[in-house]
Amino acid sequence: MPRQSNPAVDAREAAPKTGKIRRLHLPQKLRNLELFLLTIACGVNLGAVVLVQLGALGLIDTTLVLLGASLSGLVFALHFVLRIVAREADPFLLPIATLLNGIGIAMIYRIDIANNESGWASAAVRQTVWSGLAIACAIAVILIIRNHRVLFRYTYVAGFVGVALLLLPLVPGLGREVSGARVWIGFGDFATFQPGEIAKIALAVFFAGYLVRNRDSLSMVGRKFLGMRFPRLRDLGPILVVWALSMSVIIFQRDLGTALLYFGLFLVMLYLATARLSWVLMGMSLFLGGALIASQTLDYVNGRFTNWLDALNPAVYEADGGSYQLVQGLFGLAKGGLIGTGLGQGRPELTPVPQSDYIIASLGEELGLAGLFAILALYLLFVARGFRIGFAGQDDFGKLLGVGLSFVVALQCFIVIGGVTRVIPLTGLTTPFLAAGGSSLVANWIIVGLLLRLSDTVRNQPRLVV
Amino acid sequence: MNRELKRVSVVVLLMFVALLCSTSIVQVFQSDNLAADDRNTRTLLDSYSVERGAILAGGQPIAQSVPVDDNYKFQRTYSNGLLYAPITGFIPVNGAPTGLEQALNGELSGTSNAQFFDQVSSLVTGQDPKGAAVETTIDPVAQQAAWDALGEYSGSVVVTEPATGRVLAMVSKESYDPNTLAVHDSAAVNGTYDALVNAPGDPLINRAINSLNPPGSVFKLVVVAAALESGQFTPESTFPNPATYQLPNSSSIVTNSGGGTCGSGETTTIATALLLSCNIPMAELGVQLGDDAIREMAEKFGFNSEFSIPLSVTASSYPADPDAAQTALSAFGQTSVRATPLQMALVSATIANGGIEMKPNLVDQILAPDLSPLQTFEPVAADRVLSAETAATMTQMMTNGVREGAASNARIDGVDVAGKTGTAENGDDDPYTLWFTGFAPADDPQYAITVLIEDGGGLGQTGYGNLLAAPIAKQVLEAVLNK
Repeated sequence: MPRQSNPAVDAREAAPKTGKIRRLHLPQKLRNLELFLLTIACGVNLGAVVLVQLGALGLIDTTLVLLGASLSGLVFALHFVLRIVAREADPFLLPIATLLNGIGIAMIYRIDIANNESGWASAAVRQTVWSGLAIACAIAVILIIRNHRVLFRYTYVAGFVGVALLLLPLVPGLGREVSGARVWIGFGDFATFQPGEIAKIALAVFFAGYLVRNRDSLSMVGRKFLGMRFPRLRDLGPILVVWALSMSVIIFQRDLGTALLYFGLFLVMLYLATARLSWVLMGMSLFLGGALIASQTLDYVNGRFTNWLDALNPAVYEADGGSYQLVQGLFGLAKGGLIGTGLGQGRPELTPVPQSDYIIASLGEELGLAGLFAILALYLLFVARGFRIGFAGQDDFGKLLGVGLSFVVALQCFIVIGGVTRVIPLTGLTTPFLAAGGSSLVANWIIVGLLLRLSDTVRNQPRLVV
Repeated sequence: MNRELKRVSVVVLLMFVALLCSTSIVQVFQSDNLAADDRNTRTLLDSYSVERGAILAGGQPIAQSVPVDDNYKFQRTYSNGLLYAPITGFIPVNGAPTGLEQALNGELSGTSNAQFFDQVSSLVTGQDPKGAAVETTIDPVAQQAAWDALGEYSGSVVVTEPATGRVLAMVSKESYDPNTLAVHDSAAVNGTYDALVNAPGDPLINRAINSLNPPGSVFKLVVVAAALESGQFTPESTFPNPATYQLPNSSSIVTNSGGGTCGSGETTTIATALLLSCNIPMAELGVQLGDDAIREMAEKFGFNSEFSIPLSVTASSYPADPDAAQTALSAFGQTSVRATPLQMALVSATIANGGIEMKPNLVDQILAPDLSPLQTFEPVAADRVLSAETAATMTQMMTNGVREGAASNARIDGVDVAGKTGTAENGDDDPYTLWFTGFAPADDPQYAITVLIEDGGGLGQTGYGNLLAAPIAKQVLEAVLNK
């Protein structure tokens, strides 16, 4: 594929303006499909909340149903915005995000019921309000960013913002430590926020822009060794900077998962841009080396590894910061079995933090393996739609950004769900769209907005006819 | 870039495949193991949130679940807890159940395979699943009589039905109140449990089936049965009748319990030895028979193997490889011979049932919530242990023992009782273990009974079986025969 020399050219300018005539003759097939799927998603969400109420309370309470209905209204508003400003956007992204968001709210609500919480203390109410805010952010993104290449101009601004957000929790007086990890900021006693979630978007923009600008020097120059081309020492700069950033997250913020997320994102984008496996191998060995040293020297990292490898050992189970939570999650999943206990019928509240880090164990308990497979399939479909932008895109910045943003969702799923089910050591990250947490919701809905915008641009571009 | 993108897609796909595998492994392949883990509070809470079936004796609940307004939804209550504790056991909120609560947990909590269709239908109808009720073989009259008769003694009384193997009474003292261990407060349960574990008289031990005691003279029944079945001996077979007997290859001396000879005369017979409960002729018989023949008979009766009624019964034991001196001692139930009261009750019941041993059983049937029987336990003949002839001869000798011999305190006016007492030594200075085992009426056996009194009944080495154990058997037999 010929590389575009000037990615800043706006391809839409070149697109034929068919205006009203086109609208008349070509009904919005994609948008109609989206509307259909969206209706189903909202129906499923409403059903989930009602089932939770019937299962756990034995009656139907309209408070959350009404809140959910207004949320659905907002989602449909997003849909109609797309009908006007992004007619060719991907029709699957919005329904999938809506469905995952709704199932998450239903499960959080279910745990509120178990813990006897209502009103503003109810995590489900807060989650619903955050969802509204997040969807509003997505609408704003679509309305403001009419062409994703605007972002290319702000590559370095994005990089600076990303790093700043990442380091914000370390500022004295602003940072908050929650269950050991210093990844939160707060004002007073309320309104805590995890800036790292937003940072991942800024960093994806930065990586995409930076790599498109510099990939020639990164990929072409260097010395061949063992059949692979290794970069020059001075080109090693960026990978070392990102590595140092990740390591500082591990050491100072005590957050293994976030570090793994950023570094994984960077490596994948680097590989896509340069096509050099050597970069990936070097990066992986750097990270693994760092993690290995951390596991020897940092108690909390070491504990995570012990919990992972020897979870059911009574000594590990009973230790302070031991595998108690992990094993309780496994008990919950095991209880769910193939078809689950049914919404509202299990005991997810027995697992610590069942509504955020462990929401996947809660869902596995009540929806069973069947439910988890469905959820994983939804994530996979979401990521696949994002990757389509990469495959079909014409400009490298858009391709890289689209793939990077969807990969970050995939990797985050893998780190969280893999941690809960003992594929990898457990680290604290939120499950995209499902888990309770405002910052995560806002970040992921902004990703939805960006992907919708990118997919619209891709389809509107003049095709290279082969 | 698309070539690299394809590779990254494959990596993403692999990540999701790994998640599909890991969730399948946890939720399907490991789920049974994880559910069985004793740290899994979900499993325990589940067994509470169903309405656990009742345990019944004579149609009356001795354990039942009553709805309460807390996390566990139901409170298990035990009526007359001290009396029935060895049968019901208890189910704590923070540990493993015991007794029938443990042995039939699947049925009581409604999770056994037999209740599978009920589970499915309750899933469809939305009704809460219920556990099955367990109807025991226990006869409340017999149980209460046995409890009263044992009085202040620490020990056990077991009453069975010889023709069916049904256990009619199973008393164990010291006892405990299971209600104190079923409260919905883990700390309180732990406190009570620790106190009971350390309490004098080991109240948590079900002596009827889980305590091993030297059987002493009641084991002579097994040895005489082996002798008669061998064909080499009859009740009239004679043995030298000294007042002391030196064990083979040993300097140790054995005497009869009275100190003298076994009846008058130069020789004595097996019948006399059983009648007067002499040790020396039994030792001589044991040496002539050999340990293999005795062990074979003991094992036919059930020694050396565990069994389930469905409470699990500790294996009574006859030594594997005794020397000649130990064989001589084993012939009157000393050295390392050990028996549970239920095992000795089985010996009597088998003799009473014409030599056919019926499988002992504590449960008549399991009843679904709609009271239809899910499972009925019919009497099962385990094996023919003795010929009808040997059984009749043994019955005759045991009847004589009560009528005019060493078991005279079990005599009941108007009814022939067959029985054998035992007074077993523990250590040189330790109190004796006192026994009675037998059945009544001798000509038409309805009830087999075994009484065990620990710690010499408080009399140290001065109490003996006929003094303390035989009257208890008499009192219980009178109560059940007059019913």
